[in-house]
Amino acid sequence: MRNTPPETTPFFARDRAWHPPALTPGYKTSILRSPQRALISLEGTRSEITGPVFGHNILGEFDNDLIVNYAKPGEMAIGERILVHGRVLDERGRGVAGALVEFWQANAGGRYRHKKESYLAALDPNFGGFGRTITDEEGNYVFRTIRPGAYPWPNGVNDWRPAHIHFSVFGHGFAQRLITQMYFEGDPMIWICPIVKTIPDEDAVKGLIAALDMNNNIPHDMRAYKFDIVLRGRRSTLFENRKEGN
Amino acid sequence: MAQSLNYLKESASQTAGPYVHIGCTPNFAGITGVYEDDLGSGPMATEKTRGERITIRGFVYDGTGTALKDAVIEIWQADADGLYNSPSETRGAADPNFFGWARCPGDMATGEFVFETIKPGRVPFRDGRPMAPHVSFWIVARGINIGLNTRMYFSDEDAANAEDPILSRIEHRMRVPTLIGKREGDTVRFDIHLQGENETVFFDV
Ligand SMILES: [Fe+2]
Repeated sequence: MRNTPPETTPFFARDRAWHPPALTPGYKTSILRSPQRALISLEGTRSEITGPVFGHNILGEFDNDLIVNYAKPGEMAIGERILVHGRVLDERGRGVAGALVEFWQANAGGRYRHKKESYLAALDPNFGGFGRTITDEEGNYVFRTIRPGAYPWPNGVNDWRPAHIHFSVFGHGFAQRLITQMYFEGDPMIWICPIVKTIPDEDAVKGLIAALDMNNNIPHDMRAYKFDIVLRGRRSTLFENRKEGN
Repeated sequence: MAQSLNYLKESASQTAGPYVHIGCTPNFAGITGVYEDDLGSGPMATEKTRGERITIRGFVYDGTGTALKDAVIEIWQADADGLYNSPSETRGAADPNFFGWARCPGDMATGEFVFETIKPGRVPFRDGRPMAPHVSFWIVARGINIGLNTRMYFSDEDAANAEDPILSRIEHRMRVPTLIGKREGDTVRFDIHLQGENETVFFDV
């Protein structure tokens, strides 16, 4: 690891008009699960500016290879082979080193390996649908998977999710904790999805659409999609409004 | 016009969805053989960990009072001396036998979450005053568009709670008990209400 000292300043305030609000009636489940009272502001104390850091010892050899991490020996998951890569950055544009990134997705037919999943699309016996990795010193990450399929879900009578990959990201502070979803460039399903539409700002949605990155394809093998993830930035300077004598 | 600040915007949050278990707790979801254990599962304290053993138990309730059975709860807390096991902790080295973070999916049948941990020590507020012992919570689930942050304080810490800088800034005093875990022997019961008369206080951290 680099010898940069750990940062101890508070995070930038979260732009709540950029994120989806809690109550989004077009996404029905939010109606009974959305707090109705105002959030109480809590400027970062040590409890928020600190957070867990995970070592590479938690990772298995194939954790970032969804094509083989659940497959029988010598077999592979079925679907369009893709490589997903990008950087975890903070709002200052700095790479976030050592960030744990977890991801999960449906198989090529749009089916999740889950007890509560009722879609009739077939399970792929060689696809588990999840993986994880830790960013390098510049905040880069990469994993190999198959492109997930779109799937119907019980919300409106005819609602379908666009192809997407779920991401869970840890930064360096517990207040940076984020779960989001990655969509695929050019998918017409994105703009009619009730879950995408919980996001009020069009530019915020565009920030979740991975770009086809032909330069990083592996020729005759996989196409690449580039997906950067931005976590909250930290204030650069620490001037405490501390009372004299404390 | 002025110079551009060139800040990026945080990636917008999206719901963890109904299949968050596949990614975050696959063994719990019955998908075994990829990860040895689910990250953050199991007791947080080992034999060597310093501090008083407690078990935190609770449910997350929706607006009808029904317990969520698909939520994932994460907690983050200081060690028994009030130090965090984090590079951003500059006051000293935390207990090496206490990681301080854990993740628990609500039970699929009942929705209950359980954390076997230790009671944290007091951590200073930004101005140096001690905060009362507390555990930070982060709750995600289907229908929750952005993870919810709250804190659990302890019912056996009346004096510390009374001077806690966060609890004391809550205008509507009848809401303060929503942040207090009820101590019953070694168990601390902490239920989270997403809506309703007893809606838990959530923080914009
Ligand atoms: Fe999904």
